Amino acid sequence: MYITLSDRPQAPVGTPRGRRRRVAPVVVTLGIVSLVTDISSESVAAILPLYLTGVLGLSTISYGFVDALYQGVSALVRIGGGWAADRGGHPKWVAFLGYGLSAVARFFLLFSAGLATVSAVISADRVGKGLRTAPRDAMISAATPPSQLGAAFGVHRTLDTIGAAVGPLLAFAILWWIPDGYVTVMVVSLGFAVLGVALLGLLVPDRPAAQPRPARTPVRWREVAQPGLVRLLVVAGALGLLTVGDGFIYLALLDRGGFAAHWFPLLYVGTNIAYLSLAIPIGRLADRVGKARVLVCGHAALLASFVVAAVSWDATASTLLALLLLGTFYAATDGVTAALAGRLVPTTVRASGIASAQTVVAVARMASSAIFGVLWFVLGPQLALVVVGTGLLVALPLALGAVRRLDLEAGAAR
Amino acid sequence: MSQRARITAFVAIVFVVVSVMTAYAVGAASSYRRSHDRPPTVAIVSDAAAVTAASRPRIVFRHTGIDSQYGVVASVPLDDPGGARTFADIACDRVDATTDVTSCLRTERGVVTRYSLTEYDADGREIQQVSVPGIPSRTRLSPDGSLVSTTTFVSGHSYMQVGFSTATEIRDVGGEGHGNLERFTLILNGERVAPRDRNVWGVTFADDDTFYATVGTGGATYLVRGDLGARTLTSIADHVECPSLSPDGTRIAFKQATERDGTTWWTPAVLDLATGKRTVLTAEQRNIDDQIEWLDRRTLLYGIPRDDEAGVTDVWALRTDGTSRPELFIQQAWSPSVVRP
Repeated sequence: MYITLSDRPQAPVGTPRGRRRRVAPVVVTLGIVSLVTDISSESVAAILPLYLTGVLGLSTISYGFVDALYQGVSALVRIGGGWAADRGGHPKWVAFLGYGLSAVARFFLLFSAGLATVSAVISADRVGKGLRTAPRDAMISAATPPSQLGAAFGVHRTLDTIGAAVGPLLAFAILWWIPDGYVTVMVVSLGFAVLGVALLGLLVPDRPAAQPRPARTPVRWREVAQPGLVRLLVVAGALGLLTVGDGFIYLALLDRGGFAAHWFPLLYVGTNIAYLSLAIPIGRLADRVGKARVLVCGHAALLASFVVAAVSWDATASTLLALLLLGTFYAATDGVTAALAGRLVPTTVRASGIASAQTVVAVARMASSAIFGVLWFVLGPQLALVVVGTGLLVALPLALGAVRRLDLEAGAAR
Repeated sequence: MSQRARITAFVAIVFVVVSVMTAYAVGAASSYRRSHDRPPTVAIVSDAAAVTAASRPRIVFRHTGIDSQYGVVASVPLDDPGGARTFADIACDRVDATTDVTSCLRTERGVVTRYSLTEYDADGREIQQVSVPGIPSRTRLSPDGSLVSTTTFVSGHSYMQVGFSTATEIRDVGGEGHGNLERFTLILNGERVAPRDRNVWGVTFADDDTFYATVGTGGATYLVRGDLGARTLTSIADHVECPSLSPDGTRIAFKQATERDGTTWWTPAVLDLATGKRTVLTAEQRNIDDQIEWLDRRTLLYGIPRDDEAGVTDVWALRTDGTSRPELFIQQAWSPSVVRP
């Protein structure tokens, strides 16, 4: 395998099992950077529709049309971020650029008065997000011994998701206090963005013991396209095509009259809470039983959420269960994918490897949303879920077989 | 920089950022209290005169002066729109009224912000309140007040995804809903279609079975005639948004979309249903994003936000002859509806 012992800076080689191992301080710091940055972005995202329609007097229909475009741009930028991080050998400063760009975007948001300028600012924010994700995950990977990667990503994603859950609550609390306080929310959001950038810039070391790469050598796709990673990309991409966004699951639950419409904004908060409480335990589980296996089995939780949403059952119970299952799905897939991808390529192209896996998953899920949308209207919510669920049921054992070797390789590397 | 210096710098930044955020928020809160404690600057009717005002022809609207009555439903006499206004006891984001019913879309603020539709009877008593799925956009009552439609923006459905769609519903006043209009059978240019990206918005009622609305799909917009009993939407024209049926039922006022500076720009227009002739009222050069209301057979009403005062809007009147300039009709007002007892 490609991972060498020099890769394990924090824990001595013979760390005894059983004793609870701490994650590297840099992982926690990066987690807090993500936490404050997510408070920043999610607080604004939560009030933006109200602000556009209520204060600027705009209708937002056209906003949705361009949204898909931004997502595509964000996916491409992500590859670029990974590539730049590997090529320059300074993932921290690529990530810093990404966080910085988002902070600058927040500043300009204070002065945007129209849909066009707001859209431009939001897309700059998305570009920043795309840019920083892979270098940051590569830094987490570099700072953590392979046997604890799942736990380390679990810690990071937990902190990250706490920010995502706190942001909207903070924003609406401000509006509750100051009913026309949209600008106050934006000022607070800018403040948190600045804190994130400052924390990253000042207190995160540039290269936490990454292997030095010969200066400014170009990153070649050949280096990234290791057989293991390609296998992961194929499996993750195929499962991504069968992944129905949780928005559709919520709509299916709403369609069945499972809960009153006014709980709608709370559903994704519920999913986030499930996600953040499960990210660390599932990350540890992935370290023990194999990351690829957990990644694939996470899709079984998604499949179970389809079943819960499709069958008639007690409304409240099925809603809560569906949120729990969706949280499990995210906990078993998001950080675990990055943890796994970072290990299947040489350390010198780690950010590119992580970026490739994340991009493949993002693009596959975008495609699947489009396809599922068609099924939704042609077949109706329940039948559409049954169709995609059947596909997932067939794909799961195949995927499990396909990734067996990945976990064996992982075991050999340990 | 040493680690110690870095930590000191970070603590200093935290201190400055938190101080600035707090100071700004406290300042914004006190300025909000100040501006929303003062009485309206426009003339208001005393309580005693209000009782008689409610039985006369009038225009009901949302008051948008930054004062103690912000967002409160008000009315002025039809023959004196610039005169003193009478305040009702309810606050709404969007309001429509007939002689018997008032429909009120509202944002219920809280740590979890929710949205509701409340129906009131002629005496201002609540008939029923129901939740709506998104941010209030349009509401219209049928002429006899037995049906109510709502259009709301639904946003933030999904984790890691921002996007908007509209949810438009028709309900029996005091009764049940007829479901989201997106589920009605859609017939475009004579063909039954089932596109996935369809949005319906801006209902206007002809009677208690027939209505008009906009359907957006594949980047195009259509004027559809809806049949509530048959649950169908049938296209009769394209490029029409937020229709509003004239009092005599012969014409549709709407906003026509064009491109200007890379963004959508809406201009008021009128479509003759019998001849298909459309008149774009370019005398109005500002961007109109409202569902138009007919004042009478020749005059349209719509709201425009003020450029220099966030949250303040005015209602403007525009003759449909195509040559008259728009005129300020009611200041500090939004969501007008004409009530003729």
